[in-house]
Amino acid sequence: MRLSHAPFEKYSLVLLLGILFVVAIGGLVEIAPLFYLKSTIEKVDGMRPYSPLELSGRDIYIREGCYLCHSQMIRTLKDEVERYGHYSLAAESMYDHPFQWGSKRTGPDLARVGGKYSDDWHVAHMTDPRAVVPESIMPGYPFLGRRKLDYGDIAERMKTLREVGVPYSDDMIKNAKVDLVAQSNPDSEGAAAVAQRYPKAQVRKFDGRAGEPTELDAVIAYLQMLGTLVDFAKYDASGPNLR
Amino acid sequence: MEVASTKGTGAALVDWGTLIAALGGLVLGMFVAAQAVDSAMAVHAIVFSLFALAAVAFLSRKAFSSSPGVPAGYYADNVVKAATIATVFWGVVGFLMGDLIAWQLAFPALNLNLPWTNFGRLRPVHTSAVIFAFGGNALLATSMYVVQRTSKARLWGRWLPWFVFWGYQLFLLMAASGYVMGVTQSREYAEPEWYVDIWLTIVWVAYLLVFVGTLMRRQEPHIYVANWFYLAFIVTVAMLHIVNNLAVPVSFLGTKSYSAFSGVQDAMTQWWYGHNAVGFFLTAGFLGIMYYFVPKRAERPVYSYKLSIVHFWTLIFLYIWAGPHHLHYTALPDWAQTLGMTFSIMLWMPSWGGMINGLMTLSGAWDKLRTDPVIRFLIVSVAFYGMSTFEGPLMAVRAVNSLSHYTDWTIGHVHSGALGWVGMVSFGAIYCLVPWLWKRQGLYSQRLVEWHFWTATIGILLYITAMWVSGIMQGLMWRATDANGVLQYSFVESVEAMHPYYIIRAIGGLLYLSGGLIMAYNVWRTIRGDESVDLADQPRIAAAPELRGPLAVPAE
Repeated sequence: MRLSHAPFEKYSLVLLLGILFVVAIGGLVEIAPLFYLKSTIEKVDGMRPYSPLELSGRDIYIREGCYLCHSQMIRTLKDEVERYGHYSLAAESMYDHPFQWGSKRTGPDLARVGGKYSDDWHVAHMTDPRAVVPESIMPGYPFLGRRKLDYGDIAERMKTLREVGVPYSDDMIKNAKVDLVAQSNPDSEGAAAVAQRYPKAQVRKFDGRAGEPTELDAVIAYLQMLGTLVDFAKYDASGPNLR
Repeated sequence: MEVASTKGTGAALVDWGTLIAALGGLVLGMFVAAQAVDSAMAVHAIVFSLFALAAVAFLSRKAFSSSPGVPAGYYADNVVKAATIATVFWGVVGFLMGDLIAWQLAFPALNLNLPWTNFGRLRPVHTSAVIFAFGGNALLATSMYVVQRTSKARLWGRWLPWFVFWGYQLFLLMAASGYVMGVTQSREYAEPEWYVDIWLTIVWVAYLLVFVGTLMRRQEPHIYVANWFYLAFIVTVAMLHIVNNLAVPVSFLGTKSYSAFSGVQDAMTQWWYGHNAVGFFLTAGFLGIMYYFVPKRAERPVYSYKLSIVHFWTLIFLYIWAGPHHLHYTALPDWAQTLGMTFSIMLWMPSWGGMINGLMTLSGAWDKLRTDPVIRFLIVSVAFYGMSTFEGPLMAVRAVNSLSHYTDWTIGHVHSGALGWVGMVSFGAIYCLVPWLWKRQGLYSQRLVEWHFWTATIGILLYITAMWVSGIMQGLMWRATDANGVLQYSFVESVEAMHPYYIIRAIGGLLYLSGGLIMAYNVWRTIRGDESVDLADQPRIAAAPELRGPLAVPAE
């Protein structure tokens, strides 16, 4: 039998279906298995959904396009591990809709920035980056500290995330607004409950000022928890976690 | 072709149907504008309503009139003209935004401390403006021109081509204004939120219908090779767009959504999309341009028919696998990384197949490189295509990627493809199209094309060499250790070292932008019908087909 290209050149639907078949294969082979191969995501202790304040901070991080200059993915390379800490695990971004691994480091990786700097440093840095790092080329975000955080739909946001697979409990969603305000008000009634519902959640006046939470509170709460959930003193890469 | 003096029932039905659809759009837009839960959604609903209102105003005149409504003539060229002008306009906007953010990286005070002028919000405006607005309109214009000529058929669909054109401009407007207002999915090159994505899907399906409908009514027995590439681009972009943008909106009256996938699966899906936005939007589609405009302008047949078949199918099959090379050494499983690397290296072959077919089409006509700057644009673009598709597989090798990833090298690589290949092949096509469409003897000025060519070329060279140096320096500084094995440089020392290269890059961008402005001026003067200043120097092929007279007969 002689192979002929003629059908593809004579019938536009044959060409269309031929193209669709050929371009579907690669994606099916590379993407589909990631959803059912159990070895894709390690089993680790400590991962939990973002608290309402952290989630609000993350949404602002996305809104301002921070991911365009900051990665959140430490590669399995010696210099990266020395500079930024333990390489990133797949499990650490399993509740990230969407992922924030990034593709460019105009600024440093932020996967484990949590706890590296004080809240005061972050306030000064976000307001005027060059006040604390003279050589920095980061834009200033002084408006974050001036803007009250809009959290009217925080429960709806968490419900939406639950629909796509983040294990928010009814309790978490019911208390979303209270928890959000309490996390930046350590003296308030609900403060203890936040840390209970969201283990390792840090409860502080992140922007250093009392009153209604600001966008800056939310962003710093998010930055300060990045990479802090998994305890790498206990994590054994060669143990049962091995992919 | 027969032109009906009065409108048939079919056309009347189409007019009324389209009018009702536009009214539906208007009602929907006004409802969402009134009920929107955030201000960005309200703004976008108002913009949408205004577009729908304009469509209603236009169509209601057509629906009640008995004249055919569609301009007579064998080919539907007004929509091609509109897309050509849009290409030039968005090109200048996109280059301007790019150069602005390049200066921001050199001098951060230019971010102005405001939300809507910071780098993070403007960078997607730049990328969308150049890829989707400039590139997308170039593809709309050329594909609608080429499919009609190579099929000897008028575009299918009464208002559908115009819906595709204006619907696409609405998509661009909502995307870009959304980024400035902070509306983004944070998926690179797929930043528009869920409702803009749905709108683009509708427009894209209409585009597919127009294109395939035109192919199906063709008078030629074979589908010309350029159209294979255009069709692969349209079909595959539809698949990529739909899968990568799967998301659940927080409210149907608000802008915010969360993606359906998370973490590692989300990353893989995004870069499957991201790399094939390059592979199908910026490569397959533009190869369609190459396959029509290079042989047409050179007045030579395509070098090899067999090569075009082999490289077409292998290119589209292999490209789809290349995504994981964006995720080397990450939490993506090794098997996927290895597949991505392997297929990226194999991709070198079909890429060069395309380059060879484009370059060798000039066989026997190499002298035209010297005399016709439009041919020079087209051929140098193919050379840049060859260069960046050699660099790409190299950077997809894990060991190389460990150095290049996260650095400016990637930015330089992208721009050698974008400025060199996509930009220059589009400029070549625009310089061909404008006199052909507006029925002119030639371009207003060929000398200005020369100026454009050299400013653009020098701009690209400054850009990519600056990024090679800065990117490789970054990669080396990040991994450098002293005698004790301790990291030698802090991160910010690497930032400081980039400063001179960021200035050189921004100057390169400024040159490229100047070239774009020269083109806009030249195109405007040509469209206006001003007498050409150097018609004698221009090849006969520069004139519109009607004004050309018999072309030279090939020697064989």
